[in-house]
Amino acid sequence: MFNKLKIRGGVHAEERKEQSTCQPVRKLGIPPLLNLPLRQHAGKPAQPVVKVGQQVKKGELLATSTGDDVCASLHAPTSGTVTAVGEITAPHPSSLTTQAITIEPDGLDESVPVEPLADPMTLEPGEIADRVDQAGIVGLGGATFPAALKLKSGARQKIDTLILNGSECEPYLTCDDMLMRERAEGIISGARLIQRAVGARRIVAGIEDNKPEAIAAMQAAAANYDDVTIQAIPTRYPMGSAKQLIQAIMGKEVPAGGRSSDVGALVHNVATAFAVHQALYEHQPLISRLVTVSGACIEAPQNVEVLLGTPVSWLLEQCGGLTEDPARIVMGGPMMGQILRTADVPITKGASGILALATPEISKNEASPCIRCGSCVSACPMGLVPLEMARHAKGDDFDGAKEFGLRDCILCGSCAYVCPSHIPLVHYFQFAKGELSAKRVQERKGELTKSLSEARKARLEREAEEKARLKAEKAAKAKAAKEAKARAKAEKEAKAKQEAEQASEESGS
Amino acid sequence: MTQLISSPHAHNRTSVQRTMLLVCGALLPATLFGLYLFGWPAINLFVLCLGTAIGCELLSLKLAGRSLQACKDGSALLTGWLIAMTLPPWAPWWIAVVGTAFAIMIGKHLYGGLGQNVFNPAMLARVGLLISFPVPMTTWIDVTPITSADAPSFIEGLMITFEAMPIPDAATGATALGHVKTALTMDVPVTQSIPEIYNAGDYLFGSTRGSMGETSALLILLGGLFLIFKRVITWHIPVAMLGTLAVLATVFNVIHPERFEPAVFHLLTGGMMLGAFFIATDMVTSPTTKSGQLMFGAGIAVVAFIIRSWGSFPEAIGFAVLFMNALTPIIDRYFRPRIYGYGYTGKPLNSGKE
Repeated sequence: MFNKLKIRGGVHAEERKEQSTCQPVRKLGIPPLLNLPLRQHAGKPAQPVVKVGQQVKKGELLATSTGDDVCASLHAPTSGTVTAVGEITAPHPSSLTTQAITIEPDGLDESVPVEPLADPMTLEPGEIADRVDQAGIVGLGGATFPAALKLKSGARQKIDTLILNGSECEPYLTCDDMLMRERAEGIISGARLIQRAVGARRIVAGIEDNKPEAIAAMQAAAANYDDVTIQAIPTRYPMGSAKQLIQAIMGKEVPAGGRSSDVGALVHNVATAFAVHQALYEHQPLISRLVTVSGACIEAPQNVEVLLGTPVSWLLEQCGGLTEDPARIVMGGPMMGQILRTADVPITKGASGILALATPEISKNEASPCIRCGSCVSACPMGLVPLEMARHAKGDDFDGAKEFGLRDCILCGSCAYVCPSHIPLVHYFQFAKGELSAKRVQERKGELTKSLSEARKARLEREAEEKARLKAEKAAKAKAAKEAKARAKAEKEAKAKQEAEQASEESGS
Repeated sequence: MTQLISSPHAHNRTSVQRTMLLVCGALLPATLFGLYLFGWPAINLFVLCLGTAIGCELLSLKLAGRSLQACKDGSALLTGWLIAMTLPPWAPWWIAVVGTAFAIMIGKHLYGGLGQNVFNPAMLARVGLLISFPVPMTTWIDVTPITSADAPSFIEGLMITFEAMPIPDAATGATALGHVKTALTMDVPVTQSIPEIYNAGDYLFGSTRGSMGETSALLILLGGLFLIFKRVITWHIPVAMLGTLAVLATVFNVIHPERFEPAVFHLLTGGMMLGAFFIATDMVTSPTTKSGQLMFGAGIAVVAFIIRSWGSFPEAIGFAVLFMNALTPIIDRYFRPRIYGYGYTGKPLNSGKE
């Protein structure tokens, strides 16, 4: 209750979660083809280390992270042959292409041999982070930021609380819920490794109170550890956003422009913690994930464990196929997920759900004028004024939009969810944010150009000065020489004159 | 190429139309009661206002080259309805037509249509009419329920509306606010003039002279509570407005009871209730943030109290609302929510390792 008062805004969307939680997680088999985009994470694409035609085994490295950049490596989800390294359709609304490695599975599912490892809990913090890096683990809640980088920066800062994000506030999605119900031990074990890696004092798992089974399972798994607490938090979207979660659990706000570590917190998704457990205890890199398949057009909504790179179309078939032509296929949740134009795209590390939505489930109304009702202001969890931001963004006044908080917008979509005029607010904000960052890049470029041209000007000036100085010196020298010559001449003349005078005197006398 | 569709893919299913129709629904009890109290001429006026509103909306949309479908949003209907609630119930037809046409075409569409107007169109119409045509706008008919013997028949109602039959002077009188104001100018203290015309019960349940929106404070209040319950409006503007007025009136009444009316009188008479729940809460012309709305409501109450107490007009809600409408942009500019991660001054919070 206390926390509920503190959290501002947000919406309580229709949950529609129960459809997909009635049966246990089903492990799907090996699809006929796997497409693994090189960039399934925030940051730069991974560098492929395999060639076309090469045989790979399950867990073998396909592409490696590129040095110090934000990047995550990629592994073979099963054994088979690399048939292509090239462009495929990206799982993105644009349907543009992306670089990917294509594997044709051989069906044997042979693993790479693993060397036995000492108890992971005895590893040095840095070693844990390295192994997480090698396993290609990224934030599985949707942000897909490489987990190892968070561990390394966490180890450098003072982290008090490791927050496990089990809020799963998006409607429809239940993959974290099911993971917590079925694999709570693994989550806690992975979380303890993360805790060791960053030196956190305690672990708090925040779970929305609409998941009593998950809370119970996690409590049972955490019973043996004094420093692990399971905290039920109010069900309110966007509770799963790191900033809101930190506020709900620690009662502190992350300062603007700062990071979670500024308030001594590090947030990891429960699925990420489980992936860490799998990597260190079971020697399995990140090659599969739980995906919620739901929506009114799905024959049998459920949670499935699928290999990364599995085509969405094959996944849908395995779930009984579609009952009708969906109005929209969404990857992720309905609040922040991305629309898919085609089902011929692969499941990636960040794909928490595949939703086939029917017309009554989605908002398809035409946008009408803003009536300034202020619903968006009340719904904004960040305290922004979405209607003003949209008004400025619409008029290409991005600095004006920034003044009303565009930079702090987390694109959660609460405002658009409640807008009676059905204005695509998030669309405006995404656009405006893109424009602002393009402008920033342009400005940085401009500054660079300016500093370069200034440097050149300074150099030219310096050179000109030098030249002038040399010239002056030369001139002075020449002048001096000339003067000396003149003097010499004058002297000579004087002497000659004198001599002549003398001579005439002599002759005259 | 299909249009790029951004998240969210879900919606809570509200719409402008639903909002407007809920407000109309909330007005319905008070309206039906008012129509009952004032009979056929009031019904004619009501129909005229609604019809003119829809007609002018369609005409304006057509002139602006927009889709006529936009009139389905119900905003014009609501404007017409609110104008009908604020006119003297037996006002002639042209009052309704001129007022509503002014509200829709000049008050709303000249500014750019729905969402763009600075001033509340219904209040613009009311104030414009009051200043231009003071006599028909202050001719308040006695309550003559449609079932009573004195009530005009349907034909007589039409004749009254279309000015084929004069309203008998004997059947009209002042509203309570007007009576008290007039009495004050003749040095009759309010302690004497109020009991002559007013008892709280009549004004609460409504069997008094006035516009349809003034008669039953209770029905308006219930409609307002319904809107708050349905989350169409929030409590901020009505509470700030009624609360500020109550405090101001009480303070002045305690200091000088013969000069200033008590708080209950202020709250129950005139358009205070209608103003607090239905007029000031007009979304387009009120601030969008909670703190701004509190400021706005309080501002209306202060202006209304000043005009009621020292101005020359007995009723002031219309003027007060328009005055605060004009200040809404500046209120919106300065009364914003605190952004997460920033202090109230707008500076980022300290990197909190305190």
